[in-house]
Amino acid sequence: MNTTYSAIAVAAVALATLGIGLFGLRFSRTTSDFFVASRSVSPLWNSSAIGGEYLSAASYLGIAGLILTFGADMVWFPVGWTAGYLVLLAFVAAPLRRSGAYTLPDFTQMRVQSTAARGVASMLVVVIGWLYLMPQFQGAGLVLHTVIGAPAWVGSVLVAVIVVINVVSGGMRSITFVQAFQYWLKLTALLVPLVFLLHAWTEDGRPTPSDAGASAAWLSPVAADTGLGLSMYATYSLIFATFLGTMGLPHVVVRFYTNPDGRAARRTTLLVLALLGVFYLMPTAYGVIGRVYAGDLVDTGETDIVVLELPMRMIGGTLGEVLGALLTAGAFAAFLSTSSGVTMSLAGVLAQGPLARRVLGPVAGLRVGAALGILVPLGLALVSGRIAVASSVGFAFAVAASTFCPLLVLGIWWPRLTAPGAIAGMLAGGFGAGGAVVAAIVRGSDEGWLDQLLSRPAAWSMPLALATMVLVSLATQSRRPSNVRRTMVRLHSPERLRLDRADADGISRPDPPRG
Amino acid sequence: MQEIDEETEIGEVYMRSLIRSQLRLALIVSVVVALLVGGLPILFVLVDLDALQVGPVPLPWWILGAAVYPVLFVIGWVFVAASERNERAFSDLVERP
Repeated sequence: MNTTYSAIAVAAVALATLGIGLFGLRFSRTTSDFFVASRSVSPLWNSSAIGGEYLSAASYLGIAGLILTFGADMVWFPVGWTAGYLVLLAFVAAPLRRSGAYTLPDFTQMRVQSTAARGVASMLVVVIGWLYLMPQFQGAGLVLHTVIGAPAWVGSVLVAVIVVINVVSGGMRSITFVQAFQYWLKLTALLVPLVFLLHAWTEDGRPTPSDAGASAAWLSPVAADTGLGLSMYATYSLIFATFLGTMGLPHVVVRFYTNPDGRAARRTTLLVLALLGVFYLMPTAYGVIGRVYAGDLVDTGETDIVVLELPMRMIGGTLGEVLGALLTAGAFAAFLSTSSGVTMSLAGVLAQGPLARRVLGPVAGLRVGAALGILVPLGLALVSGRIAVASSVGFAFAVAASTFCPLLVLGIWWPRLTAPGAIAGMLAGGFGAGGAVVAAIVRGSDEGWLDQLLSRPAAWSMPLALATMVLVSLATQSRRPSNVRRTMVRLHSPERLRLDRADADGISRPDPPRG
Repeated sequence: MQEIDEETEIGEVYMRSLIRSQLRLALIVSVVVALLVGGLPILFVLVDLDALQVGPVPLPWWILGAAVYPVLFVIGWVFVAASERNERAFSDLVERP
């Protein structure tokens, strides 16, 4: 592969990201600017930003790679990652915005009035964030290694450095600009080459995956070769993790605070459903075409690069190189946008820790938090072995579904949730899902029942967390926060009404009355 | 609105009815999604759609890879309209002079 075009593409994305980020610096002056862009972002900007942040390397490269390897059952990943926003819209979007908190730990403390519960939530944000960041860094290393032959650590370190500069310089406001730009860049970068690839495929006589030797198990959405029960468990556990995990991802939730009110939060989420639906048509197409023209990648284990390989294999020449460079640019945008979003939310949580608040002040705390939040996953990415990027991101979803999903849903809809219940439930789900994921990584894959229960834990760990949260709350009703009625008014009443939604915990910042 | 601010019984009833109607709506949405999308794996087991080739791949690929997304969007659209209607009804109720 010619390296010049791809190197130029990567440099252009890096510079554009930094440029837009620094442009945002001129606007962000106050602490509120820094954290949530002063809550003045319109639904279209916000939903593009959510899309840009959410569509990570797992969506851009990973899905096509998994489809190439395993076939139709992997199409559940993008379906679940979209449907997760519908569940989020139905249960969480507007009340979460109305809660007025900056982060998931803020929400936890606001709702159950406990600093201990806040601490547990903060730890979970950091764990989920690290699980999410590690594969992004590994993927960046792989891409730079493939397209310009750089050693694997170069890509990982490059992405980490750009992200830290971005977060440190502008905070959330600049990230909103950057993220919105990244969605449209990623969409274009997948769409334009796909048009050329489909043309080349038609010229070639439209060979199907079966013509290229795809098996019946690859073509079928129910993999019969591992046994029906096991295959159904795996599919439903994936559905559980993705449908319910989306609302618990720290970098997704933080975006809702930038909406002006609860109604805008809903409309933003609806737009996100549309943007994701359009985007996710394409990875599946790449996976299917990849099965026809790049089936040999399965043997090398480097299926994550199938999207980048196709233009050279099917078209070649200068056009193939330029299209390959465009795809590489999109992939790099994916690494930068997701890593920026996750790092921002980690930094936000670390900055609000007691040490940072007292010693450093909020803005300096955010900057130190960003650097701290990124070093650990970068180190893990450099030393650990490679896992397919979409599978690794799947672990983060399983932990999020087993911890923050029950916390948010019960917190918003069930006045009897107590602090001990919230803590016990988060710990049960966190240790359950987290322990299973660690065990799965250590054990390695053998396709048996135990392997599936450990590597796809959500179907049992989420109900476990939910049940624990409900039962412990019922047993500790005396610990119900005294202001829970007021909290419910705040979460559910439209902002238009001039109701008293003040809160005593010192975190809340009541909105100015609206006409 | 005074009723809600002063946490009187009538304010509590208004608030509880808003929360109930919004929760009912959210639960209906999740049941619809569970049946339409969550039911697909069972459908694929019960009915052998793999034999129906549409273009390069069997029919289930088109259902999962494309048809699901507009369905999700339409469900979301209906939900947003219905939840805003619930909030309007609540506002009208508490703003009555």
